[in-house]
Amino acid sequence: MLTTIQIVLLIFIIFAISRVYLRSREKIFSTKTAIFWYLIWLAGLVGVLLPKTTTKLAGLFGVGRGVDVIVYIALALLFYLVFRIYVMIEDLRHEITYLVREIALQKSQKGSSAVSSSRRRGSKK
Amino acid sequence: MKAQIIVPAFNESQIIFKVLTSLPRKLKGISNIETILVNDGSQDDTLIQAKKVDVQIVSHAINRGLGAAIKTGLEIAKKKRADIAITFDGDGQHDPADIAKVVEPIIEKKADLVIGTRFKKLQKVPFDRLIINWFANLATLMMFGVVSTDSQSGLRAFSKKAIDSIDFKGERMDFSSEILLEAKKHNLVICEVPIKAIYTSYSRAKGQRNLNSLAVFSRFLVRIFR
Repeated sequence: MLTTIQIVLLIFIIFAISRVYLRSREKIFSTKTAIFWYLIWLAGLVGVLLPKTTTKLAGLFGVGRGVDVIVYIALALLFYLVFRIYVMIEDLRHEITYLVREIALQKSQKGSSAVSSSRRRGSKK
Repeated sequence: MKAQIIVPAFNESQIIFKVLTSLPRKLKGISNIETILVNDGSQDDTLIQAKKVDVQIVSHAINRGLGAAIKTGLEIAKKKRADIAITFDGDGQHDPADIAKVVEPIIEKKADLVIGTRFKKLQKVPFDRLIINWFANLATLMMFGVVSTDSQSGLRAFSKKAIDSIDFKGERMDFSSEILLEAKKHNLVICEVPIKAIYTSYSRAKGQRNLNSLAVFSRFLVRIFR
């Protein structure tokens, strides 16, 4: 018999897996990323449906309770994901800067060639 | 020899006309000097004030930082085949007379990158700037193995070899240290010359906030440890 929290978490995990399926079908992220998230949510599913597996996992890591080891792993994963997002944002900033600089340089080139061609036209007189 | 003075500016309408008109038109050993103003997405009348002076102007559509502006200026210097490029801050912190000092070692072929240092000459520098620059110099030494008394100086001169080979990624203040790393990577000869530091209430208000240095440093670490 499932507890209330198990039912709630089960619904949430099924919803999350459905989002991963839909986004990977739309090719919003790669197959590798989709597999990563499927594994995360499937691990969550196992933990929710078979809570004793988390106790065994806790024993492996020398931690008292199953829920503690889940929290520790989740925190470590979250910190890593935040770092990856930060790196992605920095990459985007660099790309924006590259575009802004390229546009400025191209405009500058057009401006100087317009000036030099008008000077050449003037000298023909 | 052909020299290009690169003046990056962001919202410097109060002082940019004075800065641009104070720049030297002639220098010993230089046959041709051009000035490029890199307008880094200014939202005030910087562009209007700059257009009153006979300088080339390149504008970034949005503000991308001092490093990005310098990189644009160096790219133009490279395309124009300049023999020397000089970076000169647009906020009035530098004395135009010091341009001749930073250019001299390059003309004499004694250096490829010359840093104008504020800390070799005894002069009044705000205490917080002393501390921040000390830490920046230490970080530059520990991470890049480059010794500098003023790694964050805005007055620098680059030889043709330096213009062609230095390529940095930093967009904000972190690029200053990266220039030194690039110089070391390409075996460029670096030298420092003492320059005057001009601190006014205007330049202090416009300058980097001290807390920004933490953000700059963390962005720098992310680039290294990504």
